[in-house]
Amino acid sequence: MSENQPISEAEIQSWADGRLEESRRAELEAWFAAHPEEAERAAAYRELSAQLREHYEPVADEPVPPRLERAAESGSRLRAVALVAGWVALGIAIGSAAGWQLHALQSPVARAEPPVIARRAALAHATYSPEVRHPVEVGADQEQHLVAWLSKRLGGEVRAPKLDGEGMALVGGRLLPRDPGPVAQFMYQCARGRRITLYVRTEGPDHRETAFRYAREGNVRVFYWIDRKFGYALSSADMERDELLKIANVVYRQLNP
Amino acid sequence: MSDAQSLVGLIPRLRRYARALVGDRASADDLVQDTLERAWSKLHLYRHGTDLRAWLFTVMHNVHVNRVRATRPTDPLDDEMPELAQRATQGDGLMVRDLERGIAALPLAQREVLLLVALEDLSYDETARVLGIPIGTVMSRLARAREKLRALMQGKGGTKLQIVK
Repeated sequence: MSENQPISEAEIQSWADGRLEESRRAELEAWFAAHPEEAERAAAYRELSAQLREHYEPVADEPVPPRLERAAESGSRLRAVALVAGWVALGIAIGSAAGWQLHALQSPVARAEPPVIARRAALAHATYSPEVRHPVEVGADQEQHLVAWLSKRLGGEVRAPKLDGEGMALVGGRLLPRDPGPVAQFMYQCARGRRITLYVRTEGPDHRETAFRYAREGNVRVFYWIDRKFGYALSSADMERDELLKIANVVYRQLNP
Repeated sequence: MSDAQSLVGLIPRLRRYARALVGDRASADDLVQDTLERAWSKLHLYRHGTDLRAWLFTVMHNVHVNRVRATRPTDPLDDEMPELAQRATQGDGLMVRDLERGIAALPLAQREVLLLVALEDLSYDETARVLGIPIGTVMSRLARAREKLRALMQGKGGTKLQIVK
């Protein structure tokens, strides 16, 4: 070995990690043959690593606790709140009455259970969006009639946002039963057949306006918020969360020009 | 893939590392949760296209070191100071317990290096970047961690490295 480079401790560590390049490995192993104590030590290091992996590997296969999943996802929710906060700033800057928006900042960011509006909206989405022949009661060809009818039944001016800019065309809408008072559902579809629904219900006088919130019911993702006299929930089963959030922002802006 | 999805996908590996780093499940999951929350607040510092997992280990390292400092401000975090007092063993020869105890008895700085390299299979370069230390320090801490762990485990009941499955 005298003609070779001396063996360093770092190389022994690299050998234990299986990271020593091939040529040097042979030299090191020849050196081990002449130094059995060092060989035993290095083998013990390698064995320790194997034990370490064997012992902790199962942790990665455990089911992920829901609180950690929420923590990993909560950034999107925070960004949604930040967007609303941005509009608040804009509202104040242009001197508009921004009273309702301030509620958005006070509302809790996260909730454990999806509230009723998110669950109902997800259910309504799952029920009607797969419909091929009768997805809506009144089609987009009668949009004026649709909007007038739903406004009358909900007892307030309801509007169907225009989402053509997002590649989503209005399919139509329907009235859903609810106690108390009815609910409107608008359905949109993109060229590839993906559908989203906007669920609109009237809120009681004691409601609190809120920022965007996110919930997931089965495979349906829902962004929901309460604004003035209406509660809204935008649902999709085949759109990623960020994409849905983008559309929710557009809906929100159109309903609050 | 969105940031949220990427983060969700990395949770199992963060949990594994955290479990080995802090020991019990609840504290480890607390550390993962704090790490994820910190990651969101610092996401603007993450450079897209770089290894998100390595970046998360850096975030976890910072969160953990701050916590240890906050709970025991008088303890220096240098290489020779064990983070946990070594508990007496019953000499039951259970290698699994000895392994966990041995890891817990390592100074935090050495434990981090050993776990990132041996458990998480990060390269020495990556480990140096995650911990913000020179690569030479990675190698010396790795050598010390292994030697200490080997001595600890050999010392128990006179058994040498045997595997208990």
